[in-house]
Amino acid sequence: MDQQSALLWMENVSKSFPGVQALEKVSLHVRAGEVLGLIGQNGAGKSTLMKILSGVYTIDSGDLTFGGQPLHIHNPHHAQEIGISIIYQELNLMANLSVMENIFVGREPGPPFFVSRRRLEQQTRAILERMHINLRPTALVRSLSVAEQQMVEIAKAISRDVRVLIMDEPTSALSETEVETLFEIIGELKRSGVAVIFISHRLEEVLHICDRVTVLRDGKNAGDALVKDVTRDDLIRMMVGRSLEQFFHRDAHLDAAANAAQDTAPDTVLEAQEIVRIGTAVNPAAVVLDHVSFSLRRGEVLGLAGLVGAGRTELVRAIFGADRRKSGRILLDGKAVDIRSPVDAIKHGIGLVPEDRKGQGLILGLAVRVNMTLAHLDQLSRADFVQLGAERRLVEEYIQRFEIRTPGMEQRVVNLSGGNQQKVVIAKWLMLNPKILIMDEPTRGIDVGAKSEIYELMHQLATQGISIIMISSEFPELIAMCDRIVCLAEGRVTGEVLRAEATLETLMHYCTLRQQVVTTEGSVSL
Amino acid sequence: MPAARKVNWSDYASQFGALGVLIVICVVFAIVEPAFVSPINLFNVLRQVSIYGLLALGMTFVILTGGIDLSIGSLLALAGLVGAAVYKGGTGLLSAGTAGQAQGFGLWPAIGAAVAVGVIGGLLQGLGVSRLKVPPFIVTLGGLTAFRGAALLFSGGQPISTFTDEYKFWGQGMIGPVPVPVIIFLSFAVLAFIVLRYTRYGRRVYAVGGNPEAARLSGLSVNNITMSVYVITGFFAGLSGFLLSSRLNSAEQVAGVGYELTVIAGVVIGGTSLFGGEGGIFGTVIGILLIGVLNNGLTLMNVSPYYQQILVGLIIVFAVYLDQLVKRRRR
Repeated sequence: MDQQSALLWMENVSKSFPGVQALEKVSLHVRAGEVLGLIGQNGAGKSTLMKILSGVYTIDSGDLTFGGQPLHIHNPHHAQEIGISIIYQELNLMANLSVMENIFVGREPGPPFFVSRRRLEQQTRAILERMHINLRPTALVRSLSVAEQQMVEIAKAISRDVRVLIMDEPTSALSETEVETLFEIIGELKRSGVAVIFISHRLEEVLHICDRVTVLRDGKNAGDALVKDVTRDDLIRMMVGRSLEQFFHRDAHLDAAANAAQDTAPDTVLEAQEIVRIGTAVNPAAVVLDHVSFSLRRGEVLGLAGLVGAGRTELVRAIFGADRRKSGRILLDGKAVDIRSPVDAIKHGIGLVPEDRKGQGLILGLAVRVNMTLAHLDQLSRADFVQLGAERRLVEEYIQRFEIRTPGMEQRVVNLSGGNQQKVVIAKWLMLNPKILIMDEPTRGIDVGAKSEIYELMHQLATQGISIIMISSEFPELIAMCDRIVCLAEGRVTGEVLRAEATLETLMHYCTLRQQVVTTEGSVSL
Repeated sequence: MPAARKVNWSDYASQFGALGVLIVICVVFAIVEPAFVSPINLFNVLRQVSIYGLLALGMTFVILTGGIDLSIGSLLALAGLVGAAVYKGGTGLLSAGTAGQAQGFGLWPAIGAAVAVGVIGGLLQGLGVSRLKVPPFIVTLGGLTAFRGAALLFSGGQPISTFTDEYKFWGQGMIGPVPVPVIIFLSFAVLAFIVLRYTRYGRRVYAVGGNPEAARLSGLSVNNITMSVYVITGFFAGLSGFLLSSRLNSAEQVAGVGYELTVIAGVVIGGTSLFGGEGGIFGTVIGILLIGVLNNGLTLMNVSPYYQQILVGLIIVFAVYLDQLVKRRRR
């Protein structure tokens, strides 16, 4: 494809943030009337690319042309004006306004200062009919399903004469019939000359709906192909690449004899049986966890692999009692336990290092000391008075042991680097001598040096007999660290892989497995 | 403070900032109006702020959790009336206003009744906030109206007045040169300071206000802690209800109207963040003193009370602006 025939042409686009090269010489082209699939693992650079196209980020270098003209996007509003619209996973609608008010928000027809509801309704109806979208213009958005809300977003884009429509995981929250409807609408868009960029983890859908596919990996192009020329396995190979070398390997540190002993005495510490959770903030009927079962052994590092929306975080939160389960049992050392809140989980020796360190793991405005002993106050107090001397000694010990770099224990954690903040969270749990430590993305947003310190620490904990559940979006990290990896996709367990057998391809295979593949001809079971 | 401990002074800047302003204002008043610094006047200031101060101690707990309590003025009135009725031997809604002749129950049951009314009122509101998940602003706005209504109903529109010396002592008496309410206020201030600073409970109040989700995931009973702070404001409202009736020699159904705003102003001027998790009793005491000193000094200087209100209003905004400035620099 050349620059003239492409509607949107990005060539050698680079973007870096302090410490991270998010995109390196990435190229992406799309023609009018074409559906382009954009795929890649979490962190491959898809979101950065989207934010560039929506005008949130500006590029460091590279060429951007739109309809043959050089393109400079100033801000999200400008992007929409020139015809680039993005439909995010989190829909941006005003729930208490009607369909038509949402579609024409800020551009309502009518005399100055007034809105003509009649014209608003007419214009909305015209768009909805053109796209064969079956919605009442006056319906409140709040009363619509997620799929219908998505259609409102599409109609909104069309009302702005969209020329490039980017859809981020549009099918993740949809039922099968809703996906079919969406695909029909994408077909309509295509016929009317709109270029669609379809971002999805569901490779079958990409293969079904797209004309061409561009693969990103680690912020670089990893492949570009016509869909008719590639298979699912080809796409998986392009997505994962090979980059295992840079990671800490537990293998090298594991004593073979100890390892063997562990295998002969597989003490099951925790068993989760048929965990079910229904309902997300957006969609109260969504099945988040669908009868998930797994077990965890003493001194084992168990990985949970999955792509965004697979239900990994939801699963560990359900086990920790942070969210309510609909059904399912949890057994600790073979005995059923009733964990309804974090208090119960902590009592049973379970700790959780949450995914969102700043939002859920720490109280940013308080001191390192206060954060570290927050779960340990009962043991540190006499008649409700915190024993400050004992507390300081304990905190000092952990600061030394974990080499937490802070000017002092009275420093507010907000001033610490990501890696040191994470160590504070881990220290908070280790003070309680947990049997099980759940670590959700423990190395996210942490520099390389701190990462390997945290790997080292996890390894030590496991050899001391603490069982670890580790969630990571980086497959190589899971393969390097875990004894066993359970793969999740869309709230179900789709596979379990032992360390010896784990490869990036097998993980990616399981993590993109769905029970049902949707095509416009109907459903086909995998 | 042990030498080994490093203190981040900027953490206290907002609280000490108010102290700085207080000192400057005191010096200015001392120069302009020497009568201001006489011991009698200074104790007078303290006595004037002691009721606000007691209420502000409770309010500090609530605001530290990120909540607010608008009901304290109304709850104070209700508690004062109930306490007075118990003292005078009123037996219920109808006879309360005219209960002078009946046999009373004594001082301590009266204080106990006033405090109990405050605690129960606070408990109800705490349950509303923590269990029903209604925003604190709404729950206590309801309390503001409902408790006032209850006070009017209970008293039948009549104040309960004229107490014996033993009752009046608590609001009007002196121990040496020090007014009794001042001693009560400062004692509770020390107690509240210790609780917030050195106990497990205090630690948890800060944690819940700083980040409720992180606190919950660390195994804290966020609901119980949230509920408890409204019980604390209720306790202080009850106690203040008794003290005010003693001070004025009358329990009035209109007592404490608008107190919540002055009290919140004092807490905020003292550097406690309305978003929760930051601040403390030291700042609150300073903030309340600042308001008291301003009112007293300006009155001595014959400045119209209308100007005083304008000035206090400006100081609230300015104090919070300073606080934000310090924080922005820190982040």
